[in-house]
Amino acid sequence: MAQEEFIPQLLNRNKKRNHPFGLTRRVKDVLAGRVMGVLSLFAALLVPLIAVILFTRARPIFSAKPLTELLFSRTWHPISGAFGFYPFIQGTLWVTSISMILAIPPSLLTAIYLSEYATPKVRAYIKPLIDLLAGVPSVVYGVWGMLTVVPFVGKFIAPLLTKTLGFIPLFQTDNPTGFSLLAGGLVLGVMVSPIIIAMSTEVFTAVPQGLREASLALGATRWHTVKHVVARRALPGIIAAVVLGFSRAFGETMAVLMVVGNVPQVPSSIFDPGYPLTALIANNYGEMMSIPMYDSALLCAAFILLMVVLVFNLISRLVLLRLTRSI
Amino acid sequence: MSFDSEGLLMDEPKIQIQNLNVWYGSHHALKDVTTDIYSRGITVIIGPSGCGKSTLLKSLNRLLEETERVRITGRVTLDGCDIYDQAVDVTEVRTRIGLLAPKPFPLPMSIFDNVAYGPRIHRHIHRHTIDGVVERYLHEAGLWDEVRDRIRSPASRLSTGQQQRLCLARALAAEPEIHLCDEPTSALDPISAQRIEQQLTHLKRRMTVVIVTHMLRQARRLADYVLFLWMGELVESGPAAQIFKEPRDERTKAYLAGDIG
Repeated sequence: MAQEEFIPQLLNRNKKRNHPFGLTRRVKDVLAGRVMGVLSLFAALLVPLIAVILFTRARPIFSAKPLTELLFSRTWHPISGAFGFYPFIQGTLWVTSISMILAIPPSLLTAIYLSEYATPKVRAYIKPLIDLLAGVPSVVYGVWGMLTVVPFVGKFIAPLLTKTLGFIPLFQTDNPTGFSLLAGGLVLGVMVSPIIIAMSTEVFTAVPQGLREASLALGATRWHTVKHVVARRALPGIIAAVVLGFSRAFGETMAVLMVVGNVPQVPSSIFDPGYPLTALIANNYGEMMSIPMYDSALLCAAFILLMVVLVFNLISRLVLLRLTRSI
Repeated sequence: MSFDSEGLLMDEPKIQIQNLNVWYGSHHALKDVTTDIYSRGITVIIGPSGCGKSTLLKSLNRLLEETERVRITGRVTLDGCDIYDQAVDVTEVRTRIGLLAPKPFPLPMSIFDNVAYGPRIHRHIHRHTIDGVVERYLHEAGLWDEVRDRIRSPASRLSTGQQQRLCLARALAAEPEIHLCDEPTSALDPISAQRIEQQLTHLKRRMTVVIVTHMLRQARRLADYVLFLWMGELVESGPAAQIFKEPRDERTKAYLAGDIG
């Protein structure tokens, strides 16, 4: 288009903008911006709001008992007014740790395979199947855990590990049922894997191809490239993926309470039954509420859960910030 | 026998390419390319963008295989040995043939570790001697004076021009026999570009250098030997003086005159 034709057109367009109809368009634009802004603000405020509500409801127990007693007392006997969360906190920590230890290495290796080694065809078949795993409802995992994982742990893994590594207290057992921390960790590990795999595959794939080629062009093998270049570049994203998996494992309730045994004791072996905080709340909220402070105690448990997840997220953000600066 | 302007002996083929064909999916990117690349001096591959210059270059160190859906047929021999042979270790090929990419990709580590990357993979270098190796190649790439005080800081903090010289140092530190450059100065400012060109002219005395460029002026400055590619076909090849002064093919004439491309 020649310039002389172009300028009048531009002027025309400006004229159109000032036309009365332009007003509704601008109002719509402003309105849309406002509405979306309010919605985002609301979403952002939800977590603080939940925290505040939990805290106010949990307050009676905070004022009645010292925090150290709540966190470190081993006795849980609501009727006599003993509310020690220690066994439950331990249960949550054990189950989460076991699941993370079991889930992280294979998930990362799977992600590396999918992004670095698999042909596009293989990736196209495997990736959706793994993503499907993330969509399985947690009750289904719980049922599967009761039918398969619990007997597997009770009849196979427990005898095997006790026989071979029984001298380590961690692997000793007198609980032959299979309803155990290990069963909970296994089920959780399977639940968390697809999340870690999906996110870290994304992270690995986002590493620029030029970086891989730079390493390969220097005569590095593919594995060397993955280990020293791709993984290092992807580290912040990998940490984010692991944190996401951790948060999921930490808060998961249904599948865990179905396989973990629900005995409020401080565990000493992976074959002991446990009672995570989430299971405590889910099993008891709404029942026996006439017991004084019972309601408050359960909400306190919820508050502790929320705080741990928030603190963990915060720490991981800080780590990420430092990492991205240093690479 | 032919000699270039500086009297370098040119007719000792280092790389021989025979009937090289490359497809990306159904796109036939290189068509039956057959040519020799001589052991000393700079061979420059010219041609309009999309003509297969980079494809040809990357087929020489087998980096082309990293591209998805690529199919390669034909022979490429290095000192008479087919690099596409099943028995050949691809890392060995890439160690002997280095590559400088168009955009600098500093590895996510320190300046020092970037340069030491190649030597650490291939040679068992003592911790004390690696310092000297790194310094030598940073000197050679003309970067030492600028980075000597911050050699342990992340390479990503360097400017683009410095990063590209770092990549050159890194490639040289692997001590290749052949050095490939894919538009090595296209992302750089004129001064950084000039410094890279200087280093390349130094290098040609001791190794084979192959450069892909779309800048004719750069080709004229650097080339001892020229390959002209057009739509995946090798149209013409020969000593720089001949190609630039008396091109035989009409397409070469038109391209050099700026009529096509």
